[in-house]
Amino acid sequence: MPENKTHTEVNDVAPRFNLIQSLHRNRRLLFPVVALILILIGDRIIQPNFFNIRVVDGRLVGSLIDILNRGTPTVLLAVGMTLVIATKGIDLSVGAVIAICGAVAAVLISTTTLPPLIVILISIAAGMLCGLWNGILVAYMGIQPIVATLILMVIGRGIAQLITNGQIATFSNPTLEFVGKGVLLGFPFPIFLSLIVFGLVWLLVRRTAIGLLVESVGANDRASFFAGIDAARFKVFVYVISGVCAALAGLIVTADIKGADANNAGLWLELDAVLAVVIGGTALTGGRFFLGTSVIGAFIIQAIQTGIFVSGLPPTFNLIVQAVVILAILFLQSEELRRLFVRIFTSLRKPA
Amino acid sequence: MRNRAFPLIATIVVFIILYLIGFQRFPAFGTTRVIANFLTDKSFLGITAVGMTFVILAGGIDLSVGSVIAFTGIFCALAIGQLGIHPLVAFAIILVIGSTFGAGMGAIIHYLKIPPFIVTLAGMFLVRGGAFVLNQASVPIEHPFFEDISNLYYVFPDRGRLTFVAVVFVLVLLLGIVVAHYTRFGRNVYAIGGSDTAALLLGVPVGRTIIGVYMLSSFLATLAGIIYAIYTRSGYPRAAIGVELDAIAAVVVGGTLLTGGVGYVAGTFVGIMIQGVIQTYVNFDGTLNSWWTKIVIGLLLFLFIALQKFLTSYRGGFSLGGLRLRRPPSPEVKISG
Amino acid sequence: MFTNAHPIAVLKTEKLTKSFGSVKALSNVDFNLYAGEVHAVLGENGAGKSTLIKLITGVYNKDHGAILLDGKAIEPHSPHEAQSLGISAVYQEINLVPTLSVAENLYLGRQPMRWGMIDTRRVNTNAKALLKTYDLNIDVTRTLSTFSTAIQQIVAIARGVDMSARVLILDEPTASLDANEVQMLFGVISLLKARGIAILLITHFLDQVYQISDRITVLRNGEKVGEHLTADLPKRQLIPLMLGRDLAINDPADSTARITSDTGTNTFLQAEGIGRHGMLHPLDLHVDKGEIVGLAGLLGSGRTEAAKLLFGIVPHDAGDVRVKGKKVLLRSPRDAVQNGFGMCPEDRKVEGILAELSVRENIVLALQAKQGWFNSLGHKRQQEIAEEMIRALHIVTPDSNKPAGELSGGNQQKVILARWLASQPEFLILDEPTRGIDVGAHAEIIQIIKRLCAEGMALLVISSELAEVVDYSHRVIVLRDRQKLTELSGEEITEQTIMQAIAEK
Repeated sequence: MPENKTHTEVNDVAPRFNLIQSLHRNRRLLFPVVALILILIGDRIIQPNFFNIRVVDGRLVGSLIDILNRGTPTVLLAVGMTLVIATKGIDLSVGAVIAICGAVAAVLISTTTLPPLIVILISIAAGMLCGLWNGILVAYMGIQPIVATLILMVIGRGIAQLITNGQIATFSNPTLEFVGKGVLLGFPFPIFLSLIVFGLVWLLVRRTAIGLLVESVGANDRASFFAGIDAARFKVFVYVISGVCAALAGLIVTADIKGADANNAGLWLELDAVLAVVIGGTALTGGRFFLGTSVIGAFIIQAIQTGIFVSGLPPTFNLIVQAVVILAILFLQSEELRRLFVRIFTSLRKPA
Repeated sequence: MRNRAFPLIATIVVFIILYLIGFQRFPAFGTTRVIANFLTDKSFLGITAVGMTFVILAGGIDLSVGSVIAFTGIFCALAIGQLGIHPLVAFAIILVIGSTFGAGMGAIIHYLKIPPFIVTLAGMFLVRGGAFVLNQASVPIEHPFFEDISNLYYVFPDRGRLTFVAVVFVLVLLLGIVVAHYTRFGRNVYAIGGSDTAALLLGVPVGRTIIGVYMLSSFLATLAGIIYAIYTRSGYPRAAIGVELDAIAAVVVGGTLLTGGVGYVAGTFVGIMIQGVIQTYVNFDGTLNSWWTKIVIGLLLFLFIALQKFLTSYRGGFSLGGLRLRRPPSPEVKISG
Repeated sequence: MFTNAHPIAVLKTEKLTKSFGSVKALSNVDFNLYAGEVHAVLGENGAGKSTLIKLITGVYNKDHGAILLDGKAIEPHSPHEAQSLGISAVYQEINLVPTLSVAENLYLGRQPMRWGMIDTRRVNTNAKALLKTYDLNIDVTRTLSTFSTAIQQIVAIARGVDMSARVLILDEPTASLDANEVQMLFGVISLLKARGIAILLITHFLDQVYQISDRITVLRNGEKVGEHLTADLPKRQLIPLMLGRDLAINDPADSTARITSDTGTNTFLQAEGIGRHGMLHPLDLHVDKGEIVGLAGLLGSGRTEAAKLLFGIVPHDAGDVRVKGKKVLLRSPRDAVQNGFGMCPEDRKVEGILAELSVRENIVLALQAKQGWFNSLGHKRQQEIAEEMIRALHIVTPDSNKPAGELSGGNQQKVILARWLASQPEFLILDEPTRGIDVGAHAEIIQIIKRLCAEGMALLVISSELAEVVDYSHRVIVLRDRQKLTELSGEEITEQTIMQAIAEK
């Protein structure tokens, strides 16, 4: 846990010994950081002015800022998805929840006189509701997470279409637009939003017992049950968090284009989010989770996409590159493949 | 579970009710035109869903089918239009490519023990990306062969058209039923889905069967892509987005357990027809948003999953919100060697 | 004797040995199985029974020794291969496909074909005919899972035998059967015996051993400690063999040092008629503060089941539990924990340790779960608790951040103990606290148990080590066949009295 590292060092009796050990223990967490740096260097090679940052009209402009800004929806989703995956779950519905919450906000702001802040809160509440639905299906009805969240994935875009009545609901409201396009201290506002959400969720799970209990449920649900932990309530909780994160991502996406596109808002973002979490070192089998590196994972994906964009390749190459990245990571993580290689290697060496 | 056929019976009842509702409001539901249109419109989805049935029966899932359909379409369009290959040759090539791709996914799933969901997700990205790389935009297919195929149909007395694609769908369906019930491969699929450890101990060639299942699914998705290309006379890299979800929904609504081992290929056909009825109703109505189709299908999906859960829970039970009916299922006891 | 007529063993193992890491699961076992006999293999947990059958059926590969079938050395690498050699195994958890029909299960992978397709009608008629030879007349087209366990077991046996089995291994076949079903299964076993099939039976129901078996081999700690004709080995002699104690010798020193507890006034837990259908016959039990109650009995006697009901892991469907005189509901471990209970489960790996998490996190888990989500202990406090426990229980670990899965078995057990001690329970259930633990840690854990008792905790301890139970228990409840036989207290508690109670008809 990089987020706990400094803390551990302060308390340790023999810091040097433990620093090496904790580096060793967290070696797979170095991988995302190294990967991000390598990809950024790659981007720099493709586009020599990739690292340049200029100030235009009081706001910072440049590819790096762009990565931070464009990456925020995935960052938000990855934060929620990390917790869900830590409990051995998965949330496939986040893309659809983005569409629903975006539609709620866009329709309310353009057809009612509700103040923007209330609209935003209602939209977030819609996200919570979606999370609650998923959580109840998973935790109390015992439906596999993939299947349970698939239901909302199928229905969700339909609901969003109903809310917008099949059109792209456009609006013009400075407060709501600020969520997606605003500038604060020279930086795009979404960056701050994702930073705040990340910070709050981090505090919520790491400064309370929630993080430990979630990890214990993911690591060994039977032993956790024996220790007196009620895993069902945690499962509902993590899906609600995931729903809220998706709602915020939906607000950013919607505010950014000043409209809710029920068909395309958040399309395939659930897959980006899962990928970000996996790159960040949280295993799909649950247990230990790493919020910080999930965020880095999200930026890795964005850095690849931005890199493809600046290189002049069609953005559709994203999909292939992402697929190759997923496969590479799966192969790297696969215990079976390692065993297979060892077996082949030893059988090759035997006759010699 | 008292009766394996119960979900299928429930599906048929739902179909009949929906059909009668449709028939009552729009008498045209009774004509062969509407029924033949069901078959034609849903042919590519149906063929895909037959493959998906096998995958789900074996306890897996295949998310790549929509992408495979799109890739097939764009591949055929380019091969025929730009390279001047005869459509039949192009079909043969793409069927081989598709099957190989499926076998590869199956091999990764079986040998590397990576969840099918993740593997086929990566496959979905890869193939969709591949489709985009082949071409960005829609490519029309103009070839006399396509004209010929489109002109192949049988006209019912009341002017309903049984098209070539509909016939292919029905043939695939019948073959699927035979393979599922009357071949060792089919029974092995059921056995693996029922209990893969038991299947292994009973001597079922698990690896070969798993690879075969994903190969079959990709083969049928490719065939569906060909049908789709014939039906739309074009190839389009954004085609068939979300078809995997429709196919899964048809399979589950058709009474196949998502946990594998129980279900019928024929049930999937009823699942497809239910989607056809809902869509036709929404179209006929005209005032309803077409997205109601998705929502109703999603709700049916939920109902059937809940039904399955209810039928298969032997000790569980569930609670909704604060209303606690019985204990939530406690984690399963693992059997350690 | 019937078995003496078959001097050549169908199946024979010679010096069969298998180790897992440093643990010898089976060492130099010579085992003989003759045609037409039922040969029971007995022993407590960890005796090596399941290792023996897993070696024979090819689940594991042997380290040393030989397996001979009809005098020829065989080396099966999978259960399927063993099956094709003529060795079939039927387990307690039936290895058939529950979702297929009975007939399909019987002929999976070997269905009669016609015109390249499965001849479903012949599958069904053949299945029907086959089961008739077992006096089983059922609808073979019905789903397997709709039949009782006994019938499923017979189907599994029929499949195995039909695939030319010479040797049939039955692993705890009667564990989930009722009395009638047991007799039905025994009828089938007698039938197969008459056909000359060699049957290896593993069971922990001693009465059934005496009813059906011809010969007994006893294993203990991976070694063979005896092979006898069942008729020559009365229960009184069998139990000491299994437990590794001599029934004749009574060591009076065991009971002299006993602390007498002031019973009655200080009752912490009182269970009246607690039980669950098919799991445990209702029994009464009470534990006082500062008292250790031992649960004695062989494996499968109901001792673990009693612990699981008391801790709410499986809800009981009969009886009441009172804590300090107040009736409480125990529907889950969470309820138990809130009432001041703690439990170290028998299966450390699956039910106890969170291998991936650190020693510190493992230790604070129960306390944290008890305190709730937001009342976090904080990293510093966690560290303090963990270090205190590591010191107090002498847990050998470089630091409290080491993943608990990397510790030795004894230290893992101490970590689980520490987890509960940190939550300051008033009542602790310990299920086999010393199993698979090295000698040093073993003694330390016994010391801890005694210390906790002296500090006023109520303890319920399950152990197969009789000497241990005798050493620390104030009272001992003896169980057999899932019911309470008797309760011993004070001077009555000796290894001899316990074994006598178990062996008693």
